[in-house]
Amino acid sequence: MAILDLLTYPDVRLKSVSTPVTSFDEKLHSFINDLEDTMRAGPGSVGIAAPQVGHFERIVIVDVSSKRKIKHHGRLILINPEIIEWDGLEIGREGCMSVPDYTANVIRAKTIKLIAFDEKGIEHQYDMEAYEARVVQHEIDHLDGLLFLDRIVSRRNDLFRRKVYK
Amino acid sequence: MNLKETKWFMVTLVGKDQIGIVAKITTILYEAGCNLGEASMLRLGGNFTIMLMVNSQASSEDLEKLLQPIADNLQLHLHIDAIDGQLHQHQVPNVRVSVHSADRAGIVAKVTTVLAEAGLNILELESDVGGNETKPFYIMQIEGIATLGLPALELALQTLFSKQPDIEVKLEPIETMVM
Ligand SMILES: [Zn+2]
Repeated sequence: MAILDLLTYPDVRLKSVSTPVTSFDEKLHSFINDLEDTMRAGPGSVGIAAPQVGHFERIVIVDVSSKRKIKHHGRLILINPEIIEWDGLEIGREGCMSVPDYTANVIRAKTIKLIAFDEKGIEHQYDMEAYEARVVQHEIDHLDGLLFLDRIVSRRNDLFRRKVYK
Repeated sequence: MNLKETKWFMVTLVGKDQIGIVAKITTILYEAGCNLGEASMLRLGGNFTIMLMVNSQASSEDLEKLLQPIADNLQLHLHIDAIDGQLHQHQVPNVRVSVHSADRAGIVAKVTTVLAEAGLNILELESDVGGNETKPFYIMQIEGIATLGLPALELALQTLFSKQPDIEVKLEPIETMVM
């Protein structure tokens, strides 16, 4: 068991675009174990992406099973994940282990269709919604060098939009 | 070298909106070696309002001497308070209340009173008046912490709604996910 060091904003390495995983070997499995330990060590953390620990490969772990009353797939290892369909929009509050002491409202797709490989290199397709879909979108942003800071919406804008489209 | 201790101040500026207010105020503060903290800068009814945390080695009087000329020049009211506040003390809201109504009279007072009695600690409240002069509507969004739990707030709002069915109120939990 190893807890890895987290990169925190404004570390510019968080802006790196990660490369696809090509070999599903023992080295990958041992890294995934450490990545999961690191996620579990963060209080209330429901997801982590490899670049958050300075490892720039397209690897994500998600587990929202601790949240009540929501649909989810349990613990998921998502390698080279790709969202192939989006639907709906929803505002939700996000925090990030790489952005300490700050949370904000972010717009994400409500439901997504996702293709990803597992740690053995087998391809899966998932239909996800709500919290689980939000976490996956947040983590894929990490793989593309984006933070939720790049996607914040203002509540005041939200009020204004309602006014205009009454 | 003996570094002087810095203190936090809350600087409030209010006046007629015009281009460049924020740039001019913040440039003067920056050039005087002040640091900025959290801030809210909003246009409200044609006025520009600034609430700004300023960190400085200067005294309240020094800060006033620095800002008064530019405030006079821009026709802004200036007010400065020394505060106990600090950065990095964010509280995370766990509930959002959205309200809208055609009737403006007393709506903020009524809604916030029942919410306070039911344990809501308001972290942020934004409200606006839409529609037109003959048919205005009032809209408000509150984020806060339900110190007595969500059911207490739900019950309080239901009771209010049964007395005032013209007020539309929506209560939703905010779950902040760390990822
Ligand atoms: Zn994150």
